Amino acid sequence: MIFLRYAVYRLLTMVMTLWVVSILIFVIINLPPGDYLSNQIAELRATGQAEGVAKAEFLRKEYALDKPLWQQYLIWVGFVPGPQGYSGLIQGDFGWSFEFDRPVSEVVGDALWLTVLVNVSAVLFVYIVALPLGVLAAARSKTWVDYSAAFVGYLGLATPNFLLALILFYYGNKYLGLPIGGMMDPSFEGQPMSWAKVQSVLLHLIVPTFVIGTSGAAAMMQRLRANMLDELSKPYVETATAKGLPPARMLTKYPLRMAFNPFVADIGNLLPAMVSGSVLVSVVLGLQTIGPSLLTALKSQDQFLAGFVLMFVALLTLIGTMISDLLLVLLDPRIKYGERAR
Amino acid sequence: MSMQPDGRYIDNAPYDPAIDLSAIDREDMDASNARLVWRKFRRHRLGLISGVFLALCYIVLPFAGFIAPYTPNERSADFLYHPPQDIRFWHEGEFIGPYVYPTTAVADLENFRWSYDVDETRPMPLQFFCQGSTYSIAGFIPSNTHLVCAPVGATLFLWGSDRLGRDVFSRILYGAQLSLTVGLIGITVSFALGIFFGAIAGYFGGALDWTIQRAIEVLRSLPELPLWLALSAAVPSNWGPVAVFFIISIILGVLDWPGLARAVRAKFLALREEEFVRAAEMMGARPGRIIMRHMLPNFSSHLIASATLSIPAMILGETALSFLGLGLRAPAVSWGVMLNDAQNLASIEIYPWTAIPMLPIIVVVLAFNFLGDGLRDSLDPYKD
Repeated sequence: MIFLRYAVYRLLTMVMTLWVVSILIFVIINLPPGDYLSNQIAELRATGQAEGVAKAEFLRKEYALDKPLWQQYLIWVGFVPGPQGYSGLIQGDFGWSFEFDRPVSEVVGDALWLTVLVNVSAVLFVYIVALPLGVLAAARSKTWVDYSAAFVGYLGLATPNFLLALILFYYGNKYLGLPIGGMMDPSFEGQPMSWAKVQSVLLHLIVPTFVIGTSGAAAMMQRLRANMLDELSKPYVETATAKGLPPARMLTKYPLRMAFNPFVADIGNLLPAMVSGSVLVSVVLGLQTIGPSLLTALKSQDQFLAGFVLMFVALLTLIGTMISDLLLVLLDPRIKYGERAR
Repeated sequence: MSMQPDGRYIDNAPYDPAIDLSAIDREDMDASNARLVWRKFRRHRLGLISGVFLALCYIVLPFAGFIAPYTPNERSADFLYHPPQDIRFWHEGEFIGPYVYPTTAVADLENFRWSYDVDETRPMPLQFFCQGSTYSIAGFIPSNTHLVCAPVGATLFLWGSDRLGRDVFSRILYGAQLSLTVGLIGITVSFALGIFFGAIAGYFGGALDWTIQRAIEVLRSLPELPLWLALSAAVPSNWGPVAVFFIISIILGVLDWPGLARAVRAKFLALREEEFVRAAEMMGARPGRIIMRHMLPNFSSHLIASATLSIPAMILGETALSFLGLGLRAPAVSWGVMLNDAQNLASIEIYPWTAIPMLPIIVVVLAFNFLGDGLRDSLDPYKD
């Protein structure tokens, strides 16, 4: 019951954060002088295309771009009725993409799910790689296992994501025959779900997951190793060893459980960086996630599209962080619910 | 050895401070903090090497033009995508000093690209301290003396040339000037903001603390790169390279401060209860003075370590932004701008040397990480 109360409290803070974030994003989006439609109208006027101007003017009215900024914000989020009643983010109307001349929801479409898929698989990758390597590096600290794990970790931290992506793509294709670019084989695009399509998507996921996850896995591994080393130097470990507990069982019985909590909580800290990474890697590798649409939208001041993508990315991160917080509370009974003690 | 009346034994040899075993300990008591830190840091081999390497890099920065054989935007139109050239010393069993072979471009009509014939009969010695194109040392002393130039009638592309026939090696040296300073400016901005907000939140507490903490939480929960992208997309495209460079470094710093502010705040909450702060308050020092003179110096060493560890993130951030075309723009040269050319698989496959700028990035980022680790481990000399 107390847990439920904490969950509700956490959800409320997330909604509040999201609200602040929406203001922040709206301000950033509107920072550049001018907007897409004014630019377009000026261009159409200059080339003397009257019917185009009429359409742009119509869109301007339709999406309330002729109103002051603070009203635009309220309409965009859906707090006050716009020209066609309440139709903002809250109501599920994401606006119009001027660049693609289609509703934003159509432009992003499947990309949302693929974005979630890429990020979730990267998080799984981090756990699957960091857990055994971190424990091994701690158990065999100051041996070649430890050093080579640290070396690979440092290299992962230092190599720019996008380069790693290009290089892995090149060699993965050359030596392993992994597919290049995209999220699935082009023949499956727009096709209904099938086993072959799932296989194709999974095959295409290998390189992106690896690239996005590497730096996170490196950071996570180092932290797990440090936690494990702290635990391993405690007297109870010595007692257990002295009493003849086999090493593997000794490791997993208590030290691992103690070191595991920060490990779970940390994903909340890593998530922003990983989502960042996924945007960058998607652009480089041409994955059909929302990364590339964000870049085009930002470059052409397509404000509704850019705003929605930024909001979605923020939401993804916030939800991930919330889940990790809730998991931590479930795992570790010592964590206090609600406000931190002062 | 003689026995005292009370039964103790005493060495007859006179007291020699040189063999006093506790002398080292006593010296430690007197040694300054900086000295203890240095003694500990010296033992951190990797950190020391990285520190020396980075110091060298930054010292050399103003003289990039002198070392580079070419200027960054100097084009050799006849030598597009020239592969890296070797510097040789021995020609047909005879030592003739550093030289290169001249090359001529041949149109490869099968693969539709330039290939280069090496003329191995005519070794051409390199020229040293020679006159070349004009550049300026540290941005204001004009000069045209180069450490090394290509022989007349030949080229000197140590790491190849790019799609416009510009020397990759020279461009990397010039690119270092921007890529390495971006981190410094960014970290300055981030530090100013982080210390300011962290200090007032930790020192004053209350509603101010609450507001700042919520702001920190919001900023920390957001992915940085999309926000960087959005902010740099707002930079007007008609600004000059220098203005863009400064605004990009500021953007990198503006989103980086929350982590630092959080650490500063936590430390201040603890320090606020210390007696020396009480004493300073009693004597009527103002908050600004207490924060700057009494509290900040207490963990300046910690700040230095964390600064060293956050610079790599900025360098990588600039690289990513420029790579995506939203950061620095040509004619400015940075490692990210250079990598923009190596964006597709074709260039990595056919012209692998265009991806060479990734090497200095990796090396510098690693060096900063090692240096930061070393500093962090040694800055608290009393802990062991």
